[in-house]
Amino acid sequence: MTQPGAESWVDVPTGGTVVNPGSTERNLTGSWRTKRPVIDFDACSHCMICWVMCPDSCFATAKGTLVSVDLDHCKGCGICASECPRKCIEMVAEGRD
Amino acid sequence: MVDTRERAGIGVAGEPAASTAIAMNGGEAVAYALRQIEPEVVAAYPITPQTLIIEKFAEYCADGVVRTEYINVESEHAALSACVGASAAGARAVTATAGPGLALMFEMLGVTSGMRLPIVMHLCTRALSAPLNILGDHSDAMAMRETGWVMISGSNPQEAYDLAIVAQIVAEHPDVMLPCATMIDGFMVTHAVERVDVLPDDVVREYVGEYEPEMSLLVPGSEATYGALDFRDYYFEHRRQQEAALYAAQSVVEDALQRFGEISGRDHHILEPYMMDDAEVALVMMGSAEGQVHAAVNAARAAGLKAGALRIRLFRPFPVAAVAEALSGVRVVGVMDRAIGLGSADNPLLADVKAALWSRSDRPLARGFVYGLGGRVVTQGQMNQAFDELRSALETGEVGTDPTYLGLREVQDETVLGEGTTA
Amino acid sequence: MTLKLRELSMLDDGFNPGHGLCAGCSESVIVRQVLTALENPPVVALATGCLEVSSTRFPDTAWKVPLIHSAFENAATSASGVEAAFKALVRKGRMADRPITFVVFGGDGATYDIGFQWLSGALERGHKFMYVCLNNEGYMNTGIQRSGATMLGAWTTTTPAGSVTPGKPQWRKDMTGIIAAHGIPYVAQAAVHHWKDLMTKVRKAEAADGPAFINVLAPCDRGWRYEPEDTMAISRLAVETALWPLYEVENGKYKLNGPRHKSLPIVDYLESQGRFRHLLRNGDPAVVEEIQGIVDLEWNRLREKCGLEPELSKNEAEAVTSAD
Repeated sequence: MTQPGAESWVDVPTGGTVVNPGSTERNLTGSWRTKRPVIDFDACSHCMICWVMCPDSCFATAKGTLVSVDLDHCKGCGICASECPRKCIEMVAEGRD
Repeated sequence: MVDTRERAGIGVAGEPAASTAIAMNGGEAVAYALRQIEPEVVAAYPITPQTLIIEKFAEYCADGVVRTEYINVESEHAALSACVGASAAGARAVTATAGPGLALMFEMLGVTSGMRLPIVMHLCTRALSAPLNILGDHSDAMAMRETGWVMISGSNPQEAYDLAIVAQIVAEHPDVMLPCATMIDGFMVTHAVERVDVLPDDVVREYVGEYEPEMSLLVPGSEATYGALDFRDYYFEHRRQQEAALYAAQSVVEDALQRFGEISGRDHHILEPYMMDDAEVALVMMGSAEGQVHAAVNAARAAGLKAGALRIRLFRPFPVAAVAEALSGVRVVGVMDRAIGLGSADNPLLADVKAALWSRSDRPLARGFVYGLGGRVVTQGQMNQAFDELRSALETGEVGTDPTYLGLREVQDETVLGEGTTA
Repeated sequence: MTLKLRELSMLDDGFNPGHGLCAGCSESVIVRQVLTALENPPVVALATGCLEVSSTRFPDTAWKVPLIHSAFENAATSASGVEAAFKALVRKGRMADRPITFVVFGGDGATYDIGFQWLSGALERGHKFMYVCLNNEGYMNTGIQRSGATMLGAWTTTTPAGSVTPGKPQWRKDMTGIIAAHGIPYVAQAAVHHWKDLMTKVRKAEAADGPAFINVLAPCDRGWRYEPEDTMAISRLAVETALWPLYEVENGKYKLNGPRHKSLPIVDYLESQGRFRHLLRNGDPAVVEEIQGIVDLEWNRLREKCGLEPELSKNEAEAVTSAD
């Protein structure tokens, strides 16, 4: 977040209009997390329920397959683990391996 | 296409001859200007005395004379809200209201200026409730004066027409990008039928051009978020920008009036002095009482008083230096407020004029007058009384602290009033 | 495109992470599902609320689609202004016609209460836009106060569970029914856990010839007092208890989309959330019974509108059995 003084009031975009689409991505909300999802990819069927149920768009996909979890943004809510039909996501306490 | 419902000469679609003179009221004059400007969106809710504007404009829409989307909203708050959406979408958006309608809009007045949307509003000035009163005074405009709008005041139907056109390019000027309101007095201007010289459609259209913002909700590739949350880290900067843009509007208004003068031959300025060159006393006023004030100036001059008058056309931003300059040499200034600044140090216009004069070491005495509230009839006699008081102040060097209420049923026995009943 | 998750997962939903919504919040899930389901590029209008303050804090925005917010109560009117502007700009030849879907997101405060008039006016005028109510049954953004959508007995900060009143004393507005009474082409009730139903409804709303409204139950773990991972489970319970039936009103015709039978008693739902704990812990069976009675009544009224026989409540079923 830019602090006051980093730029003059003249240079700030006028009217409070935000001209950086999607820029919240730079806020690393992963720091909120106390538990993180760990996926058992061997058991995963790539049904994408976790992808569609995630409040923080954290399930990275490629060509219809699940490839990774975005731990920079995952807040650790655990919806994915609760909803996974194959129960192949486990919430593991942060600070443990 | 000729609209036979019109009185002769009005509302004939297409192009009138250059500088056609038409008898019409102030409301119709604004609607006529709107037909020529043809904004993409008009959103309004009917309220007396603004109805003349929107009913006339609705006829233009119904007959296909304009391609405007006319949104018949369910409240004034919605009228301005719809304009906010339309303006952020890159459209010219216009609304009109009066008194309580403006009060209902209040939240959106600041939203509009804060979002820097060049919406134009035609404010048919009207008293605020309660008691309920549909007639003209400036209570509504005064309540709006610190919401960040450019505010330009007209005094007759001709100016209602002229300023409706000028307001459009003032609001959209890149240095401004703020909403602009024209103020025309309810009934005394909106319903007064006078000769109005209208310009040809193409001349008006060339003057106002098209509003073409670089980015909008609808310009592909400019995906922005309008109206974001702004916390302690940026709100202050945005507020400062808004203030700077509003002050920048003064020279934009001056230029716009001058350009308008070039196409119309009508010489409008941000201030309209009358007999001010050698004036020792002057009345400062705004709006439709100009005729009575000028007549009183003439009468006072005939009686040997060096009297003058100054009408404020640009009310916001208040042209501080220009007002001080215009009043230089005046020894007693009277300020005519058509509203009471309840509980304030001074009534609104008096406060502005006093502040403008404060930096002058030779500042004049200043006296406040209140007149015309709730449509109370404004007479030359009242203005004569005002000049009598200014003459007395000139002679005694005393102005007192209380304003004079012109045309009020005064208490005959002052002893029934306790101390502190007036400012 | 058909609604297959694997295919949908290849699309950019237009809403980025890094927003400030609580862990487990259903609102961003609903937004992502709505945006993903749209076939046209959207222009979005937001009402003030959790979603707005959490996703559009200057100088950042979570949104990659054009968006406008101006106040709490007027998002539908903002959208009507944008829609009118587009029509006029096209009519004047200043912009090429193209498919755009105008979408509004508002919470239940913005929809049921403070913004009701603005929404009703915009629907009556017939602007072509889709209004999605993120119904978390309270003013969560200001700290969990009651709204017209909060249900009987629920604790909120303005209807605390006290010794005299057991939470909110009133039932809730039937907002979906009220909107349906406007006679607009498409009205629906949906729930966040049933993504396919919600996305199907978004597609229908987008294709509707006029205004459309979707009321989506949006469980709030902070305000409803449950663990964040239970958001979808709570949503499912609301449907299975018939507290929040999934249905649609398409050109006036009612149709149930979710379960045709209520499979669970309302007490199962109440037990799942801290906001009802006082009803159960202190033993206020009268309130629980009253809630069950209203749910049964509303469920049967809805079934009737959908052309189905009433489903007997447990008590009624027992009465019938004993009479035999």
